Amino acid sequence: MKAFRKVTGTGVPLGRSDIDTDAIIPQQWLITTSREGLGKGLFSNWRYRDDAFTPDHGFVLNEPRFARAKILVAGPNYGCGSSREHAVWAHLDFGIEAIIAESFGPIFRDNALRNGLPAITLDGAAVSQVLAQLAALPANRMTVDLERAEVTGPDGTAYRFTMDEERRRALLDGIDDISATLAHAPDIDAFHSADRIRNPYYWVQPPRD
Amino acid sequence: MTPITADATSLFDKLWQARLIKDLGDDRGLIHIDRHLLHDLSSPQAFAGLRQAGRPVRTPALQVAVPDHIVDTMPGRGDATVRGGADMIVALRRNAVENGLRLFDIGDPRQGIVHVVAAEQGIVLPGMTVVCGDSHTCTLGALGCWAFGIGTSEVEHVLATQTLVIRKPSSMRIRVEGRRGAGVTAKDLALGIIRAIGINAAKGGVLEYAGPAVTALSMEERFTLCNMGIEASARSAIIAPDETTFAYVRDHCGSPEWLPVATEAWTMLRSGPQASFDREFHFNCTDLAPQISWGTNPGQTIGIGDAIPPLPEPSAPRERASAERALAYMGLAPGQRLEGLPIAKVFIGSCTNSRISDLAAAARIVRGRHVAPGVRALVVPGSSRVKAEAEHLGLDRIFIDAGFEWRESGCSMCVGMNADRVAAGERCVSTSNRNFEGRQGPGARTHLASPATAAASAIAGHIADCRQVAGR
Repeated sequence: MKAFRKVTGTGVPLGRSDIDTDAIIPQQWLITTSREGLGKGLFSNWRYRDDAFTPDHGFVLNEPRFARAKILVAGPNYGCGSSREHAVWAHLDFGIEAIIAESFGPIFRDNALRNGLPAITLDGAAVSQVLAQLAALPANRMTVDLERAEVTGPDGTAYRFTMDEERRRALLDGIDDISATLAHAPDIDAFHSADRIRNPYYWVQPPRD
Repeated sequence: MTPITADATSLFDKLWQARLIKDLGDDRGLIHIDRHLLHDLSSPQAFAGLRQAGRPVRTPALQVAVPDHIVDTMPGRGDATVRGGADMIVALRRNAVENGLRLFDIGDPRQGIVHVVAAEQGIVLPGMTVVCGDSHTCTLGALGCWAFGIGTSEVEHVLATQTLVIRKPSSMRIRVEGRRGAGVTAKDLALGIIRAIGINAAKGGVLEYAGPAVTALSMEERFTLCNMGIEASARSAIIAPDETTFAYVRDHCGSPEWLPVATEAWTMLRSGPQASFDREFHFNCTDLAPQISWGTNPGQTIGIGDAIPPLPEPSAPRERASAERALAYMGLAPGQRLEGLPIAKVFIGSCTNSRISDLAAAARIVRGRHVAPGVRALVVPGSSRVKAEAEHLGLDRIFIDAGFEWRESGCSMCVGMNADRVAAGERCVSTSNRNFEGRQGPGARTHLASPATAAASAIAGHIADCRQVAGR
């Protein structure tokens, strides 16, 4: 996993609540065996007016001042719905490097953190404040600093955030989750041996095979 | 005298303890995974990752693969499906064969929607940990196991290690009381509960369904209820195993010699009387009507005879904006009634409502009647086994004679990524689980409902109350 320490760049406000992963990456983009090239599909039903990718200028990501956004600020329950990790890959391929919301869909959040994309939780008042500033001010530069666990809004206000310490370290160090788990291989082996005796029926092959 | 210690552990606590390999501190655990289910959509990139890192599948015997999302549902199908889709089926097959995983391929009598198949083939048992790269894995918690959806990185992690590192989730319980009225199904219960507690109520935690109205449910009804758990943001839904569960397992495992011992152990899997939860809900289903969604999330639901509620007050701007947006997308207005609204499509299927009892309930309404002109109606059995059983019972003839299309099993029109779609602006009464914008196709207008409501609506040509149509 790519390490993440800090990003400074354009913030984009997407204040709707309950944006689901079907909206983030509609189903036609899932017909692939690759993780690549999904940025074009990010919010495609909202970003484009037709199948020829004609931009819908009413959608915030098509506004010139947000075109190169790196930090997405969203309404509560962002990424609810389907477990499709394509939703995370699409953000990264588009150029979004951090997402801030009051809350996240549980699977989306885990997927993001496992891909070096910090999904940062701030309280509702702080998110509302940042959303309002991004919508109103010409200034839209923000910073997400994971080492200091701090978000800096467009007006320079700093907001502290908390994140599971183990996840924060994993992001900072860009650790490979699988390698970390394989360090416990002797424990896994011991559990398997014991469980075959304790719960043998969990280890037999079901019938009709 | 020694005081009797009341059991204060919840069902979920027991599952966590039993499948915990190692406490990693800070509320995190290394958790053993008993069953890993794989399908065509979320696994190809995980196998590619394994190959890139040169890692083997740690425990092939605990994996089961089945293509369901992208597959075509036309009779006589092969791998051919929407453009690019066959590659995903071929990838799943190749990955399964190369790694020695069990595969229920297209054409296999055990193929079907992964969550339907895993239960009916006796692959998932009470007390297990079950994961799949699919958010509706919570369906299987109905068997009294800890089942949850994961992403592709986690799929790769499970393939490589047969474990996941998990921070212990919060736990909630909802007690459901009362007696369901006529025509009120488990689907209506699921929708009614989400409407009452909210789509973010469970906050990613584990939601235990309990109470007399849950105990009274059949196993298939329990799958429907737990399936919708994720729509209330419960990553796992769970029901304590009981006689209903044990009978189901017996029927689907072929009464192996270990069953009495296992059943004895499974009777311990219940929340103690003193168990505490992070949050508790109560719901009474006595006055619940058949439910139908009007909006673009499953909580935006009303009783079949009700009018769409007024917009939330301006003091709740976010809720108001959400409702306004949903109504604009759905082409509806506050105060409008759904009953009588013309429809273009009806979909009976999905991991929510595609089991034999679902098809039988729909067939009772359809028998001797005909789909209204201008309506296209599909029945897509949840598995090839359900399809065969339905055909044995003659349900296929009832549907075909009534003008329904009778298809091969798969996710079909629930996920909209195969050929089965709803066109922009078309209204569809669907027994699936998500009415999100664009879910069944760009611009599609989905109304979630039970198989009985879907069947009654197909016959009427508009959204209809199944209680007004006598079953035959």
